[in-house]
Amino acid sequence: MPIFKLSINGKQYQPDVAEDTPLLWVLRDHLGLVGTKYGCGIAQCGACTVHVNGTAVRSCVLPVSSVKNSAVTTIEGLSANGDHPLQTAWDEVDVAQCGYCQSGQLMTAAALLKKNPHPSSEEINNAMQGNICRCGAYHRIHEAIKVASKKI
Amino acid sequence: MSTNTQNSRRDFLKTLTSGGLLLGFSWLDTDAAVPVAIADLLAAEKKGFNSYLSIDTDGIITILSPNPELGQNIMTSFSMIIAEELEADWTKVKVIQAPLDTKSFDRQLTGGSGAIPHSWKRLRTAGATAKYMLIQAAANQWNLPASECSAKKGMVIHAQSGKKLSYGSLAVQAASIEVPKNVPLKDRKDFTLIGKLVKNVANKSIVTGKPLFGLDFYREGMLYAMIQRPKAFGTKIKSVDSAAAKAMPGIVDVVVFKNNVAVVGKSTWEVTKARKLLVIEYENDGGTPESTSDHNAIFSNLLDNGNVTVKRKNGDVAAAFANAAKIIKSEYQGPFLSHSPMEPMNFFAHVRPDGVELVGPTQTPASARIATSKLLGIPEDKITLQITRLGGGFGRRLKFDYVVEAAELSSIVKAPIKLIWTREDDMTGGSYRPAVRYRFEAAIDSSGNLTGYKCRGVGINSGSPTREDNFPSGAIDNLLIEAVEHKSAITTGAWRAPITNFLAFAEQAFLDEVATAMGKDPVQFRLDLLARAKSNPVGAIKYDIARMEGVIKLAAEKSGWGKKKGVSQGFSVYFSHASYVAQVCEVIMQAGKPVIKKIYAIADCGEVVNLGGARQQVMGGVLDGMGHAMYSKLTFKNGAAEQNNFNTYRLIRMKDVPEVEPHFVNNGIEPTGLGEPALPPTGGAVANAIFKATGKRLRNQPFIEDEIFKTT
Repeated sequence: MPIFKLSINGKQYQPDVAEDTPLLWVLRDHLGLVGTKYGCGIAQCGACTVHVNGTAVRSCVLPVSSVKNSAVTTIEGLSANGDHPLQTAWDEVDVAQCGYCQSGQLMTAAALLKKNPHPSSEEINNAMQGNICRCGAYHRIHEAIKVASKKI
Repeated sequence: MSTNTQNSRRDFLKTLTSGGLLLGFSWLDTDAAVPVAIADLLAAEKKGFNSYLSIDTDGIITILSPNPELGQNIMTSFSMIIAEELEADWTKVKVIQAPLDTKSFDRQLTGGSGAIPHSWKRLRTAGATAKYMLIQAAANQWNLPASECSAKKGMVIHAQSGKKLSYGSLAVQAASIEVPKNVPLKDRKDFTLIGKLVKNVANKSIVTGKPLFGLDFYREGMLYAMIQRPKAFGTKIKSVDSAAAKAMPGIVDVVVFKNNVAVVGKSTWEVTKARKLLVIEYENDGGTPESTSDHNAIFSNLLDNGNVTVKRKNGDVAAAFANAAKIIKSEYQGPFLSHSPMEPMNFFAHVRPDGVELVGPTQTPASARIATSKLLGIPEDKITLQITRLGGGFGRRLKFDYVVEAAELSSIVKAPIKLIWTREDDMTGGSYRPAVRYRFEAAIDSSGNLTGYKCRGVGINSGSPTREDNFPSGAIDNLLIEAVEHKSAITTGAWRAPITNFLAFAEQAFLDEVATAMGKDPVQFRLDLLARAKSNPVGAIKYDIARMEGVIKLAAEKSGWGKKKGVSQGFSVYFSHASYVAQVCEVIMQAGKPVIKKIYAIADCGEVVNLGGARQQVMGGVLDGMGHAMYSKLTFKNGAAEQNNFNTYRLIRMKDVPEVEPHFVNNGIEPTGLGEPALPPTGGAVANAIFKATGKRLRNQPFIEDEIFKTT
């Protein structure tokens, strides 16, 4: 199997995996970065969202071969101490219930705020529409993004 | 406060490095009467105490939380109750998920909205006992009467002299104080933590992506497994050709057991790919696999000609209908639903010659272990079960099929394995909210009185599709509740607020139809029925009339019922499990279609423990109820589910979400549970508001398929 050179959260990794392996499973099974979640495997729920060169992507359908030479950021690398404005807002607003989808919600929201630091409610809805929260924490996800946006 | 992802007893004991107060409680009897103080950690190990509240010499208070955490925020609520009575400094409270331990914990499961009601007194007693011992230890040290001392924020205080000692500094001495019996509990007016908004203790771990969930569990040398189960219910394996799958890189074995073909390999992706190469032929297992179109016919036939079971009968129903001036008759139908927790089913199992290790997300760890023990013929005391955080449950993880599968597979391949269900596996081969249909009939006499009421329910593997002793039973002279059951190969299970998740909609929408036909205001109509049930009850009443009246009146007040211009309001109220929730939905018309703008939800769950957690349960329950009523259905063709992932099975998303305004009745009764009761009323409130706005009665779910939502 080919060895891929990956840059994830600023660190270099060289997993030995089949080239069609989705980035999600490389992160989870091979690199021990389990914050990125499996939810649907077909890019419909957003639980596996990571950043590739700053853009939010669904890692469950992204073959590892396509992320060579790209900078990947996962929830573990969103901030050094868990203090990204969204992470602190998530605590302040007390967003999570079961918490399983929240890594993906945070990564989608972080990509949104990077492009658009002060999104309208409609822009938040549009950006977050691809992320399912089965517990129904949508009100607080929405509110926390607004709270974080004020801190940026 | 913080959480700790480690959760073995040994790890827990290690956290107490320097001695301190360690309280083991018998949680098994209601009064939690016999706490035992243990100063010596080795002795604690030997005695096998496992239900602990500990206070370390550095003042850190560690609480073992026995019930599985699936987002109901039980780790926070349980700890708050102990900390309240203990007068702990909340910033020094640490919570650890306990492993399965049936010797120390009672009812170590998550379901039925029952954890807080069950544990309320036990937890309060635990905290109060520890506080008593700490105060006594301080009094002894000061040589003062304990009655002159009090406790606050992790300190024992002697107010007259101004002396203070921290819990940490008293922990060792407190351990030698005789454990009191019948300690007094606080008056609720003195609560400083209970009823407040306290943040989830797991927030930091969640937002930083820590390994909390079952799927996050990895063990050096473990194998990964997926199982191909029959795609159609009612079929069985005829032949298996696994040569191509076995030849794939990373595949260790392919094994067939029961109706399963398991692919075992070295990574999730390799197993995923290899499984697709299995060539399996299936054949019918007995009868003909069923389709949704068959079910529609079965429902009609059973409602007309089925062998019904009478669940409740009051008065002379036949006469009431024979003498009626007006009869209203409607049928309501609900589809199968998938639970679809965001974390798919998974479990780690390692069956060794000397015992079994199980790790993963389950709502019923004790039942899962019993089933594993029976299957493998290994005694329960040789099986450990570590409970991880659950990425949602909604009832799916009350079933332990996937735990037993993992254990069986590990015993066959003789290796530690993590069994993973894909989303498709979960949606097509899991267990479902049963499909149901209800026929309601109401008789109104020439004076405009509701004199007769009938409800006949038919469900597919539903257990019992009716709740015969619930409102409006007791308020109508002549009443008949009947049930019919259809047995099917399609497996069903408890889905959040079992049965009432649809029955409440059907009943509350039908009562709205009756109120409309009688020319009565829907809120006043219900209050009149309750007044009747109170003054002159018909048969047994198994709901609390005052509590139901309470939420109805508060809902009317908070929503400005009947006083608003420009919105159409719909009302609903339901008693489920042990709590009461009334809801008002507001709908407006946009581009000719109804749009849900707001839902008020008024809950009487007794004492609210954590206001934040309680709001989450109500708001999440409302969205769960609304989302499934509006959008979700699972249909079958020749025994196979026609939807297998979130591209075809629709769940509520952010753009669909209306404003939700929760309120709680403050009546001071002991907690009665909140994980489910906010869900059942929502469908009815939504349908009744849509009727107000459009004149159209929605009787089948999902509502989105109705023509009023179609673009013209």
